[in-house]
Amino acid sequence: MTVLENTPSAVLVLAIGVLFATGVYLLLERPLTRVLLGFVLIGNGVNLMLLVMGGRSGASPIVGNAPEGVRMSDPLAQAMVLTSIVITLALVAFVLAMAYRSWQLHGHDEVADDVEDRRVARHAALNAPAFEDADAGGLDQTLDEEAADVHDDVDDSDDDGPSRSHDRGHHRHGEARTDARTDPEERP
Amino acid sequence: MIPWDAETLVPLPVMLPLFAAGLTLALHRYARVQRIISVTALAAALAASVGLLVAADGGPIVVEVGSWAVPVGIDLVADRISAVMLTVSFVMLLCVLLYSLGQGVPEGEDEPGTTRGDMIPVAIFHPTFLILAAGVANAFLTGDLFNLYVGFEILLASSAVLLTLGGTAERIRAGSVYIIVTLVSSLLFLTAIALIYGATGTVNMAQLAERLPEIDPTVRTALQLLLLLAFGIKAAIFPLSAWLPDSYPTAPAPVTAVFAGLLTKVGVYSILRTQTLLFPDNPTVDQVLMVLALLTMVIGILGAVAQNDVKRLLSFTLVSHIGYMIFGIALATEAGTAAAIYYVVHHISVQTALFLVVGLVEWRGGSTSLDRLGGLAKLAPGLAVLFFVPALNLAGIPPLSGFLGKVGLLTEGASVGTGLAWVLVVGSVVTSLLTLYAVVKTWNKAFWQAPAEEIESDVPLPRGMVLPTGALVAFGLLLTVAAGPLYGYAERAATASMDGHTYVDAVFPDGADRGRGESVVVGDDADAQEGGHG
Repeated sequence: MTVLENTPSAVLVLAIGVLFATGVYLLLERPLTRVLLGFVLIGNGVNLMLLVMGGRSGASPIVGNAPEGVRMSDPLAQAMVLTSIVITLALVAFVLAMAYRSWQLHGHDEVADDVEDRRVARHAALNAPAFEDADAGGLDQTLDEEAADVHDDVDDSDDDGPSRSHDRGHHRHGEARTDARTDPEERP
Repeated sequence: MIPWDAETLVPLPVMLPLFAAGLTLALHRYARVQRIISVTALAAALAASVGLLVAADGGPIVVEVGSWAVPVGIDLVADRISAVMLTVSFVMLLCVLLYSLGQGVPEGEDEPGTTRGDMIPVAIFHPTFLILAAGVANAFLTGDLFNLYVGFEILLASSAVLLTLGGTAERIRAGSVYIIVTLVSSLLFLTAIALIYGATGTVNMAQLAERLPEIDPTVRTALQLLLLLAFGIKAAIFPLSAWLPDSYPTAPAPVTAVFAGLLTKVGVYSILRTQTLLFPDNPTVDQVLMVLALLTMVIGILGAVAQNDVKRLLSFTLVSHIGYMIFGIALATEAGTAAAIYYVVHHISVQTALFLVVGLVEWRGGSTSLDRLGGLAKLAPGLAVLFFVPALNLAGIPPLSGFLGKVGLLTEGASVGTGLAWVLVVGSVVTSLLTLYAVVKTWNKAFWQAPAEEIESDVPLPRGMVLPTGALVAFGLLLTVAAGPLYGYAERAATASMDGHTYVDAVFPDGADRGRGESVVVGDDADAQEGGHG
């Protein structure tokens, strides 16, 4: 066979690249749903890649079905793609459930900092340079809130998570709101 | 020679737990039946593993799943490494299951601030646990790279469920981090599989072992690094280990114990398998692994020393000791690999035992924070012994198994004798001493001192929890007593895995390159039918 026959279509390769790039961008976001979308995009990119690795398309891979001289597509690659689609589906369902649960508990689905990061940020807050005037930050803030300010892990500007939680989720699960979120007016 | 048909045993460690998982899910209303089924299934799987352990000493046992011939179908291969990993895993899974039965409701009943105790889906604990066991067994047994991916997904999906049992705020937080990290590593693994398939046209490991040496060395190294990256996340090797100490400690004690003992070891096993079988003789990558092993050891243990909570402290020692195994693998010699195998076995038992003991400590003392504990040696002497033995074992005090594993690694590091190997040897000793410091700190604060006031003076420890813990501690001691035969077994396993043909010959008995033969003999025609790759 010629080299050309085995070269994957440029469109597919480009599509894989775009899927990976956008997927990585979304993976780096904070909300779990966006991370999930990123995962779905990269997952599709990988599936497409598996398909491309199986070579170009051909006749259906049933022995005796292909006309003379026409080669078959690679069934193994398609079987692997199928498996990975099923697995991805299950994991997406699980992550969605987790995002929903997180929204129930906190009114948002942002992935919180790990405990260690918070502790480090807290130390950073305590050791902040004097000209920032540590007193102005207010002693009424908890350390977690202080850490959140320093670490900037909250972005209140563009979502209505907190208010929604007050309206709908908060009265049921209010006791579990232990995250580091501060109300917008408290922020410097 | 073998009175039973060894091949029938091979699928059992995967099938029995899976089958039992379905049964327990269907019978979720009958708690007692659920328990009996789970324990029976794991015990039977353990028996099958022991059978395999004996049988695999005569050479790898290969089963073609569904009787599809190998390069097309999926094969399960039970060689010595798989068998020994399976056996120790099932011992440990069985102990943990019994422990969780002794604990009663293992899912966050004691979680502070939880008001949802009645809503916690206890019924899914058993099926999920069994599926986890099946996933682990599948990962150990498979001879197919894509099936390894499936095994990983099985165990990761069930581990994510176990980690977030009850759905409390803290567990959802830890679970989010965990699931994102594992998803990324799975994507990397799948990408690597796709590229390997593109480069070689197969995902069968034995066939890969034959075809990979033929491709461009640069491509091969890239594939190797991609696989290492994926497995490195799962095994928690240093720059990729930050997720572990954060996500493990929030889970219920038995779950943490299983995760700590098993999940990272599956990653280590995969690295061992791919390094020895698929990518032997790549000194540059081995050196990179050496440096990473050093960093994992030292940075992990420094993290442990700084911790004030026993669970987090142990999670950091877990990361740290992964470095020892990577060290053994990176030495790329038979003795190094043998030491790594022995160390994995030792570490599974000891780390799990420690986490189970910490569960008991939490039960007894009401906390795992070193600030709130104290005087447990006086209040609960038996518990103190249960902690003391595996703790010293972890630190590598002679004559326990941790010491033997470390001696094996250090001796081999010294006899390899490169500058880097010597640095690793020194690093290992320092790490060992710092581990001793960390466990002694735990001992001093939690078990000595005057008993803390808030610890009640008589809380009986449930026998159902103490006995499995004791059994696992005893198993750790057994590894010391039986170190001679076990180490010999590990050495034979290492020799077979390093010689590069035992595994392949077992999978392709009709001539070592039957798999390659198809495309070579039939030429372009077969290549075209396989899909025209390559």
